Amino acid sequence: MIDSQTPCRDLEVLSCRPGSDPSLVNLILSAPGWACRPGQFVMLRPAQWGAELIWPRPFSVCDVSEDGLRILFQTVGRGTRRLAELVPGQKVTVWGPLGRWFRIDESRPNLILAGGVGIAPFVMLARRERRDNLSMLFGHRLDLQHYPYDEIAASIPSEAMQQKTPADIAAFETVLSDRIRALAGKGQVLACGPEPMLKVVRKYCLEHGTDGQISLENRMACGVGACLGCVAKTSQGDYVQSCVHGPVFDVRDIELGA
Amino acid sequence: MDQTVKLGSLTLANPIITASGTFGYGLEFMRYGDLSKLGGLCLKGISLAPRTGNPMPRIAETPCGMLNAIGLQNVGVEKFLTEKLPYIPADATLIANLYAQTPEDFGELAAIFAHEDKIAALEVNISCPNVREGGVQFGQDPHMAAGVVSAVKKRAGAKPVIVKLSPNVTDVRVIARAAVDAGADMLSLINTLSGMAVDIRTRKSRLANVVGGLSGPAIKPVALRMVHQVVQAVNVPVIGMGGIVSAEDVLEFILVGAHAVQVGTYNFMRPDNAFRLVDEVQTLAESLGIGSWDEYRGTLKV
Repeated sequence: MIDSQTPCRDLEVLSCRPGSDPSLVNLILSAPGWACRPGQFVMLRPAQWGAELIWPRPFSVCDVSEDGLRILFQTVGRGTRRLAELVPGQKVTVWGPLGRWFRIDESRPNLILAGGVGIAPFVMLARRERRDNLSMLFGHRLDLQHYPYDEIAASIPSEAMQQKTPADIAAFETVLSDRIRALAGKGQVLACGPEPMLKVVRKYCLEHGTDGQISLENRMACGVGACLGCVAKTSQGDYVQSCVHGPVFDVRDIELGA
Repeated sequence: MDQTVKLGSLTLANPIITASGTFGYGLEFMRYGDLSKLGGLCLKGISLAPRTGNPMPRIAETPCGMLNAIGLQNVGVEKFLTEKLPYIPADATLIANLYAQTPEDFGELAAIFAHEDKIAALEVNISCPNVREGGVQFGQDPHMAAGVVSAVKKRAGAKPVIVKLSPNVTDVRVIARAAVDAGADMLSLINTLSGMAVDIRTRKSRLANVVGGLSGPAIKPVALRMVHQVVQAVNVPVIGMGGIVSAEDVLEFILVGAHAVQVGTYNFMRPDNAFRLVDEVQTLAESLGIGSWDEYRGTLKV
């Protein structure tokens, strides 16, 4: 069942554990009863938040199955720090799956460009039946073992580059440019990661004429298209909700801020 | 208990209305509930021409609340009538929320909606803090407020006219009386409180518009006080809003004299909240032995 008309569900926390680095948290909720596509997201709001934290928080689905809904997130602010304190048995209100997903080009190579916790939506993708047209380049700051890199690398050709210094970042940017250029007219890239990386990916896709899709991570209040808080600027200069028109966009369709 | 409530010529199945700007055109919420279950829906503010709205970031979360500076982004009345309205179920009670920069344009919008059978009432937004022209400048001056209201009333036909008031004034009763004297059939309040949030590291405002409107539970005491004041100052039905997140909150507004309420930020906390609230209010009212809203409304002991 894909993109079904699912209502809100109160799911139970099965586990909530920091990874080997405490800033990365693996949250497993009870099975939501729906399936989704890579790049789609859910809104999460723990029942015990009361009214102090108003908004739910949006997260890419890392994986979903009968065993549960898996979310990988990084603690960056008040909301994610509170989410990291969840304990098994607590209830979290979940609505989704939401938004547009990564469209795989079945006839050509698809190169995944993942940055940091932006690797999350590709875990599900690496489990799909047909994988011979997929590969991944992963940029990361923390050591590799903190990310679910091996899960993906076990199924599809993958390489990783660590960035600890500005020189590392410059080197990664060069490789990104080379890989994106190599796919011009031959394939496409699928990118999820921090905004500076997405800007670089978009720039080289446009420069080299390579097809590309990027997943935006805008602040959201509702996740369903109503609040107009999460908008992205289109190449026509309009604003569209990234929750319903995205979060995955074609690089040609949107602008990214300076 | 029968939750039906009459606001002049406008009859609602219950007092729960979703607030403008927090519930889209209703369409966004149809997978989460039956729109006809709500007392009414105030649609996203509509202007004559489309508006692109303010730059990002537009929203910021604050303790027990949030700031927004959307800037009334909307598709414009023409697209609304052709691309949105036909898809909203006919059994939903719809209130069009009007925004314009001149009294003439407000009148023009009213004239357009006067002929729309699916629109039950008009809400005139003279209180948006996030737009440079029109908006709250009409809502802070009793003469300008009256000018807008009479321009709308003249062309609204039989549609009841609700005037949405700003809390960003010295005495809300002055504007309330001016709106009623100019022909407002009812009042709704409060719109958001003007506020801001800043980042000490980047030294920037958290909103591109620098300032925005505060909503959520943080503003409920202010809203209750203002509804309480306005109910005593005018003789038209008042729709209360500001920080409602529970059935108890709904009853608080009715206790101080509101005929109905609007829920706004609460819709962001969970998209089916407004639908659930209708049932929760029913349960709570019955547990308190309330036989009808007429019996309970405005019975605050002072």
